[in-house]
Amino acid sequence: MITSIVQFASKLIRGNDVALPLPLADMHKFNGGVHPAGHKEDSTTRPIGKLAIPEKLILPLRQHVGYIPKIKVQVGDYVLKGQMLAEAEGNVSAAIHAPTSGTVTAIGKEVIPHPSGLPDMCITLTPDGKDTWGALQPLDWRNTAKRELVASLRLSGIVGLGGATFPTHIKIGADGKSHIHTLVINAAECEPYITCDDMLMRERADEIVKGMEIVQHLLGAEACIVGIEDNKPEATIAMRDACKTIANASVKVVPTLYPSGDARHLIHLLLGTEIPHNQRSTDVGIQVFNVATVLAIYRYFSFGEPAVNRIVTMTGNVASPQNFEVLFGTPLPSLIAAAGGAKTNTTHFIMGGPMMGFDLPSGEVPITKAANCIIAASPDLFPPPPPAMPCIRCARCADACPVSLQPQELYWFAKSDNFEKARDYNLFDCIECGCCTYVCPSNIPLVQYYRYAKSEIIAADMAKEAADLARERNDFRLARIEREKLERAQKHAERAASAKAGDKKTETTKPETSSSEIENPATTSSADDAKKAAIATAVERAKAQKLLATNVADSPAEKTVTAETAKTSEDEAIALKAKQDKQAIIAAAIERAKAQKLAAAQAGVAPKNIENVSVAVQAEINETDAIREKAKQMIAAKAADETL
Amino acid sequence: MNRSPYITDAPTVSIIMLKVLLALVPGIFAYAWIYGGGIIITLTLATVTAVLAESAMLKLRQRPVKPHLMDLSAVVTAWLLALALPPLAPWWLVVVGTLFAIIIAKQLYGGLGYNPFNPAMIGYAVLLISFPIIMTKWPAPLLLAETKLGFLDQLQYIFGHILPTGVKVDAVTSATPLDYLKTQRMLNHEISSITQAPIFGVLGAKGGEIVTGAYLLGGLYLVQQRIISWHLPTAFLAALTATSLVFYAVNPAHYANPLFHLMSGASLLCAFFIITDPISGPTTPRGKLYFAAAAGVLTYLIRTYGGYPDGVAFAVLIMNMFVPLLDAHTQPRVFGHKP
Repeated sequence: MITSIVQFASKLIRGNDVALPLPLADMHKFNGGVHPAGHKEDSTTRPIGKLAIPEKLILPLRQHVGYIPKIKVQVGDYVLKGQMLAEAEGNVSAAIHAPTSGTVTAIGKEVIPHPSGLPDMCITLTPDGKDTWGALQPLDWRNTAKRELVASLRLSGIVGLGGATFPTHIKIGADGKSHIHTLVINAAECEPYITCDDMLMRERADEIVKGMEIVQHLLGAEACIVGIEDNKPEATIAMRDACKTIANASVKVVPTLYPSGDARHLIHLLLGTEIPHNQRSTDVGIQVFNVATVLAIYRYFSFGEPAVNRIVTMTGNVASPQNFEVLFGTPLPSLIAAAGGAKTNTTHFIMGGPMMGFDLPSGEVPITKAANCIIAASPDLFPPPPPAMPCIRCARCADACPVSLQPQELYWFAKSDNFEKARDYNLFDCIECGCCTYVCPSNIPLVQYYRYAKSEIIAADMAKEAADLARERNDFRLARIEREKLERAQKHAERAASAKAGDKKTETTKPETSSSEIENPATTSSADDAKKAAIATAVERAKAQKLLATNVADSPAEKTVTAETAKTSEDEAIALKAKQDKQAIIAAAIERAKAQKLAAAQAGVAPKNIENVSVAVQAEINETDAIREKAKQMIAAKAADETL
Repeated sequence: MNRSPYITDAPTVSIIMLKVLLALVPGIFAYAWIYGGGIIITLTLATVTAVLAESAMLKLRQRPVKPHLMDLSAVVTAWLLALALPPLAPWWLVVVGTLFAIIIAKQLYGGLGYNPFNPAMIGYAVLLISFPIIMTKWPAPLLLAETKLGFLDQLQYIFGHILPTGVKVDAVTSATPLDYLKTQRMLNHEISSITQAPIFGVLGAKGGEIVTGAYLLGGLYLVQQRIISWHLPTAFLAALTATSLVFYAVNPAHYANPLFHLMSGASLLCAFFIITDPISGPTTPRGKLYFAAAAGVLTYLIRTYGGYPDGVAFAVLIMNMFVPLLDAHTQPRVFGHKP
């Protein structure tokens, strides 16, 4: 044991930019935390029960973090157990499989277990009761390429079963940026009431450890540490025994202190590594998996079974609280009935624990991959909080905050919509664990204030981004309109000029040269030569014309006509010249704008066509620029702050 | 809807305030024993005034009266003020001080949780500035007084300023040791001769030591109950001790020893009950240390060089002004952030 630690430590010392964890001798405590009553023994007296196949299964497409999977079946299709009903779309997504054999009877919107209470797309499956597996394809993970294994895992539908429901194949398919040296198995299960991981470890520790072995292999991690709270001695013994079968795995008991099951806090407890707030655990070489997730991985590789069920704790105000192995999509009433039914004073159901869970929108929702615990709530168990009183700044919340935030300050900022300040006070480091609310003597629903502030800030950020984009677009649009106007004028002028050019070549030459002169002031010398030549030809031509005129001068009538034409042409020529001068200026301006745009593009700045716009537009653009500049400075200042 | 957590485990504000009152009880008993039952009258008077003023203000401000009265914060303010006043203070002094504390210092700023200054100390400071003579005239401890006033005599004195026939005011009142020390030091008397006066006990004021000890007892109960954090009393007493020790070490003939400062005046009442007011104090651990330490130093300086015998009230009020600054600059390191 000690030698392995030393080896592990020396490996870490050799690793270059990986934070060095302190020796494992003692626990690394974090600030605060609370000790809520566990209520775990309620549901641990009975073994994990198996729920009968219900009459129908409702499978929401959104059971994980990420993109909604693409439906692959149609109403009326007969499917076998484990058959894919919806495939992962994009990388961050997970497939949905048939939890049992039966017929797809509906695809439509149903109420799903989500805090919003909004209905979402679900596949409804009516089981045939035979529970026939489709063709299963186990993989020999030891002799298969890792890439292949990860690709296969993408089809498994396995997501983080601790409650985060992040698709597992992404967590395993490391980006290659950082080497994972330690696999942490999160078995802390710090929330009161929840015992699904506890019971799983007691009953299926062997399978969990086999799963650990696979994950460790896939990650290439040198060590694997299981973190269990000290209120689960049976699970600890079971896991310790099972861990003996594999190398480099150890079980470490952490004190029962909510929220020790938060991944960052568990890592800190076990390894003493504090993950920087703006990084992931993988950035420091640590990856965290829940026990149920590694077991699912084991079942998938060894038996080919995709994610079709999970262990759910059904507890609270029910006759006989118990853990059950439940098929995904099982309607809640089946589960409640299996636990002896809800007592009469049950008001509603909570998914998750009493610290971070949420009210289910109805008692009919299906069990999903995220459902680790369902608690029947009653006023006796969870009395409605008394009305909130003013904050007396007692700072109990600050003492309890595991992130060392100042909840009482954040509360003021959130309450007064002072979101910038809330952000400065690290609102986004809040893990919403609820410790602050738990200890507040004034019964202030602090976490709700933080959720509100966070959502407002996120919404404002998104709105700002959209507004910035819109403003930028508008700038471009105004500039483009101006430019197009000029271009149109130029084209018009060109057309007019070319129309006249046939008759009045003599007159067009000069303005043309003048325009070219303005256009290319740098090439004046060569332009001069061209000009001289042009003048020479023009003079030549004029002479020839004159000669012609004198030739026809013999006939008086003709002469007058010619004179008249000459006169009009002269007037026209003057007008045209003026027009063309203007046009030349415009052309020059366009050229300048083009050059500017090019320069800006080279400098990496967004191009601005602010050369030929009206005063009002110019003012507006200036204003926008000022705002943008200010924002840039603010961001820079903040970045500077953060680096301090 | 996400309205977790569903469980709480916290004493309510009422419970916290009740425990503070409970912690004051030993001090009150000692007080009554040393100075007579008059303190009970003063306490009652202050409590009734505070409750009535609080109710009236809550009504005027259209706030629910009952839940806010039930938080007992007004009673705590009343008790702290009453305990800071001279035991035989006339009734109107108690009423004026309490009204000022509750109406001006607390309710006009927005009530519980919004007052930037310690209401009891505001009330005390206003009285001290307005009526300095009454405020510095303390009854002699019963064991020293030539004539011992009974409870009814004290009642009569508080409400009617009437003494039993044949008893002169001078017979029942005397300067406090801090006051006496100050005036005698100005006359350039040596400490050793000053403390020979009968009003001095072994450590501080004769009899006052017992009251102070009782406050310490109550204060330790509050620390044990985690109603107050250890930072504040520790830093305050340590700073007071350290400062007085420096002066004492330099010139023991001219400056009183640290123990005298700890055991005299309102040192321990302040350390455990006054600077520990959470609303007008800082919230961060480091902020609390700075706040209390500075208050301790200021208390000593005001006692030694200021115009008033005790410096606790002004020290606390001055430090109240620095609370936003202290809070802003003593934020603890957030988990996952660089120090």
